[in-house]
Amino acid sequence: MEPIVLTYQVDGEDFSAAGEASSSVKKTLKQLGFSPDVIRRVAIAMYEGEINMVIHADGGEARVEITQSTICIILADKGPGIKDINLAMQEGYSTAPEEVRNLGFGAGMGLPNIKKYSDELKIDTELGVGTTLTILINT
Amino acid sequence: MKLSKVCELLDAEVLCCEEGLEGEAKSACGSDMMSDVLAFVKDQSILLTGLVNPQTVRTAQMMDMKCIVFVRGKRPEDPVISLAADNGITVLATNYRMYTACGILYANGLFSEGADKV
Repeated sequence: MEPIVLTYQVDGEDFSAAGEASSSVKKTLKQLGFSPDVIRRVAIAMYEGEINMVIHADGGEARVEITQSTICIILADKGPGIKDINLAMQEGYSTAPEEVRNLGFGAGMGLPNIKKYSDELKIDTELGVGTTLTILINT
Repeated sequence: MKLSKVCELLDAEVLCCEEGLEGEAKSACGSDMMSDVLAFVKDQSILLTGLVNPQTVRTAQMMDMKCIVFVRGKRPEDPVISLAADNGITVLATNYRMYTACGILYANGLFSEGADKV
């Protein structure tokens, strides 16, 4: 299978649109015949990442590289960066404002969830420059 | 449990995908925190929630859920219902509060899946 690359712009202004990219990827993977377990892991990890980009970084870019054996999701934003990665990886730790919690997110589960559902997670972050997540899921 | 039974037990109104009522639900979960649903839920068919924004539908979609029940008389706006309809997710609305709605379903044999303790 030739690698398939999908790219999306994630709009940081529109919370209601968050998840559109993940939804599109989920549909594509289904059409390609990946197993439901793999599809769900990709969908959840990417969706959490997408929500993070909208909440914290005013949107960003998503790139998904699909091969037979792996699905690689790269989420790049130009947000404030993550101050303390160890804290951010702790379940329950969140810097999300109250209004985000009222929307059902900001419980401090985003990054831990992404790690839980992925086989590899790499976080490149620089304060004031942005954050890039590279999420790898073996099929 | 058939979704039509869920609808009947909760005295619920069907907001979209009525054809889905013939489907079976094996388990359910109730939460207003979508982060928790994404973190702890596995193979649940029904999401009971009082949160009416589009992310409720997105969460259900990512988790392959068949049905969303909006509790305590909450009604989502039309675009949210359309999003659910586009994804084949049956949407019900009940006036019961979360605790009662979950209790009714649980008492009638619809349990949560897997480990209940995290």
